[in-house]
Amino acid sequence: MDVSGAGHQLESFEELAMPLFDQLYNFAHWLTQNREEAEDLVQETYAKALKGFSSFRLGTNFRAWMYRILRNTFLTSRTGLKVTMTVPLDPEEDGAEGAVERDTPETILFERSNREVLENAIAELPVPFREVLLLCEVGEMSYEEMAETLSIPIGTVMSRLSRARKALRNRLRPAPQEENAAALAKGTNRAV
Amino acid sequence: MPCNLWKEKLDIYLDGELPAEEMRAFEGHVHSCATCAPDALARVQVKRSIQIVGKRFAPASEFRRRVQGFIATKSRRGFRLTWTLAAALSVLAVSSLLASYLGAWESRREQSYAEITDLHVAALASSSRVDVVSSDRHTVKPWFQGRIPFSFDLPVVLNSEFSLVGGRITYLGQAPGAHLIYAAGKHEISVFIFQDRALRGIWGDSDGAKEHSFNLATWSKGGLRYVVIGDAGLADIGELAKLFKNAG
Repeated sequence: MDVSGAGHQLESFEELAMPLFDQLYNFAHWLTQNREEAEDLVQETYAKALKGFSSFRLGTNFRAWMYRILRNTFLTSRTGLKVTMTVPLDPEEDGAEGAVERDTPETILFERSNREVLENAIAELPVPFREVLLLCEVGEMSYEEMAETLSIPIGTVMSRLSRARKALRNRLRPAPQEENAAALAKGTNRAV
Repeated sequence: MPCNLWKEKLDIYLDGELPAEEMRAFEGHVHSCATCAPDALARVQVKRSIQIVGKRFAPASEFRRRVQGFIATKSRRGFRLTWTLAAALSVLAVSSLLASYLGAWESRREQSYAEITDLHVAALASSSRVDVVSSDRHTVKPWFQGRIPFSFDLPVVLNSEFSLVGGRITYLGQAPGAHLIYAAGKHEISVFIFQDRALRGIWGDSDGAKEHSFNLATWSKGGLRYVVIGDAGLADIGELAKLFKNAG
């Protein structure tokens, strides 16, 4: 949502911001993992955005601006501080992650169609991975938009996204005993 | 390009972030590669699953209404505050301009009154107070013909306490005018007549006012501004003014 032109000031904040309400709330809930905290986060985000709307720069991405406010608000909240301080990440390197040779997690996910497993796997991801994955897949943001939202270079977006996907795959990969059962089920299905 | 190199970029391809040319090349490869095609399909399935699962949280309608109400209230308050401030600033600006204008106008008016007083005093102090010496209005009035760019009527004062002393040419703000002097007992009263437009409307009508300890009456008639000024009482000033107003 690019807002440009001198006439944008005439558009009300409400007209621009309310269409983003559902996705911002969803994102907030994924970050906080709690309905009440998500509501507080969204409400604070809208209050801050409304207050700072006059400083919103022409020609920049309004959606990225809103997401950035929400994310910064979360990171400075008690929950956000606790989460980011207790889940340290390895140093990030720009550039794409190496190829994943095995496609087992995807296949398992596809075959199990286990929504709960995926939900839990996403929820268990460290916040930096969770947010970049959700912005990409759910928010359908471009790398550039994610870079703007997260205030990081595009190269970092790519590497973080790659690592987030890898982390998700690892969480979806079943434990050894489960793997045997899955293989058995796979064989059974194939036989059927 | 070997498959492992293609696979390095598989996620970027599926995110639609490869350059257009590379996207086309990748597409061609994926469709023809037995290794990459199922991998790409599996990752697309994961993406779709995340999209579905990732949208699981929806805000309560009550919460939405609450935030929307909060925004609407704040916006209106901000709008009102903005307009109140703007209106206040406008009023201040207008007041300031008005005060400035009125101040300038008042200043010009006072300056003009002071000049009239000076003309009156200077004439009385002069050894030749008038250029045309006559108590006959039919003598004095014609004397001004060709000397000033307007004509005026002089009142009959035979049966009054006033007597015409004479007249002279005078100037106010570089505009020529008639200066007539009347005697009322031991007092001498000046009557000034100027074109109204030459004074640029800075004079307002007054039946009797005190300016610099002199009594004064002024009015406008037929495009001319009349000023009667002297140290005689207000009643005398008013009476002479009344005679002039009824003249003609």
